[in-house]
Amino acid sequence: MLSSEDTINQTQAVLNAENVDIYYGDFLALKGIYMEIPKNKVTAFIGPSGCGKSTLLRCYNRLNDLIPVFKLNGKITYHGQNLYDQDVDPVQVRRRIGMVFQKPNPFPKSIYENITFGAKINGFKGDFDQLVEESLRGAALWEEVKDKLKQNGMSISGGQQQRLCIARTIALKPDVILMDEPCAALDPISTLKVEELIHQLKEEYTIIIVTHNMQQAARVADYTGFFNVRVTEEGKRQGYLAEHDLTEVIFQNPKEEATKQYVSGRFG
Amino acid sequence: MTSISERRLEQRPPLEKIMDTVFLWAARISALAIAGVLIWIITLVFIQALPAIGQFGLGFLFKSTWNPVRDEYGILTPIYGTIVSSLIALLISVPIGLGVSIVLSEDYLPTQIQRILVFLVELLAAIPSVVYGLWGVFVLIPFLREITPLKGPSMLPAALILSVMILPTISAIARDALINVDIGVRQAAVGLGATRWETILLVILPAASSGIIGGIMLALGRALGETMAVTMLIGNSNQLNVSLFQPSNTISSLLANQFAEASGLQVSALMYAALVLAIITLVVNMLAQIVVTQLQKI
Repeated sequence: MLSSEDTINQTQAVLNAENVDIYYGDFLALKGIYMEIPKNKVTAFIGPSGCGKSTLLRCYNRLNDLIPVFKLNGKITYHGQNLYDQDVDPVQVRRRIGMVFQKPNPFPKSIYENITFGAKINGFKGDFDQLVEESLRGAALWEEVKDKLKQNGMSISGGQQQRLCIARTIALKPDVILMDEPCAALDPISTLKVEELIHQLKEEYTIIIVTHNMQQAARVADYTGFFNVRVTEEGKRQGYLAEHDLTEVIFQNPKEEATKQYVSGRFG
Repeated sequence: MTSISERRLEQRPPLEKIMDTVFLWAARISALAIAGVLIWIITLVFIQALPAIGQFGLGFLFKSTWNPVRDEYGILTPIYGTIVSSLIALLISVPIGLGVSIVLSEDYLPTQIQRILVFLVELLAAIPSVVYGLWGVFVLIPFLREITPLKGPSMLPAALILSVMILPTISAIARDALINVDIGVRQAAVGLGATRWETILLVILPAASSGIIGGIMLALGRALGETMAVTMLIGNSNQLNVSLFQPSNTISSLLANQFAEASGLQVSALMYAALVLAIITLVVNMLAQIVVTQLQKI
């Protein structure tokens, strides 16, 4: 029988972190990450607060570039190309690797314009109406908003707003979708809808989701990475990847004691 | 010891209740006083303007004679001058002010330098208008004489000075509006692959538009009413002249120049002019309110 690690390696890796260290100024926030993200699978990042899972997520589309003191050592490759090479344009990276945020953040524009924004800045020449319908259907939102496309994106409910943000992301036809606690601000029913959506989306996209909700990781993820925090000699908290495996292994038969304690709810 | 459930809920001390009532009424009276002062001023101006209104009617607004000897008055030139000088000032200071606010709200500059620049821009608003006027008379007008057909005090230097004077209003309010745009919206745009310019022009500016327009309207209100600097620079001529290099007049300059020697019907005519200025400013402010609420609805 194959061990679970072999299974990861057999699937094609879309993103690959090789010995990644992340600094804020002089502070080493996340140390020594090696991690492969398999294609068309959902990978969940779990771990206690401050373990750096969101920070790593934002490295995949270079969103951390907005933070002046941010620095990354090591390599993150996307289909073999280093995302942090000098000649890589972060704007191009973000057009391939989309992001859904913790708090729904639609633009204060109409639902229609929320979807077409990404396409417009990309010089999209096709049929905008079709793009809007496709994207909203893809985000399981079309039936609810098809009669109010001219309404402000901020006028719909929080759960609908988050699906609008997902629709806006898939309108770009990205390769990877990063989700940073996408259900943290949603009620249980909206959460369920977004989770169902994630199941559908992995047919076409590679998804990484950061979540504090372990049931959610167990429900939606094929693979799970458990990040943990250790206290350094100087008394600073430093994140590291403790264990990365198939979700059922992480939840039922983890190798690390810390993982076992975390997923059974004994700390974190 | 009695448990907490057995104890009666305590009443508030009488003194606290009285303080509440006093505070409530103090607040009410203050609010009413503001409205009262405004109404009082407008009413008195209106009453004093009545003789002139009876004499000249609406024709007052369309004639450009100002002849105290014959008691013939019309304020077409000052109305024209007020509006044109303010619009030219806006035309110049809106693009510059927006540019300033964008630079000072983004992270183009090191924080220290940015903070100093913000302070300097706000300092522009603290310079007394008579100082602007003086600078205009001794620096700006001589300079303009070198490079334009301008001979002396006229519309152009007045409008230029106005544009400098309203610049801090526009840039400070626009900067606040830009900074207050939710960080999530910016991240969303960047996350969708928008460049910095696309993010600023297509997302941040539209999201801040109601605040920016509000600032522009406030600046326009200031430009319409600005007296001292404009009076020193505009030439105070009641002859209607379209050329920017010719002397003109504004309503506030007219008032400042004439009130000291005025008597009889002339005072009434000045009050009429003041009423017109108040109405223009009021209409601008109301339009601003409407525009801002409309923009917030979108």
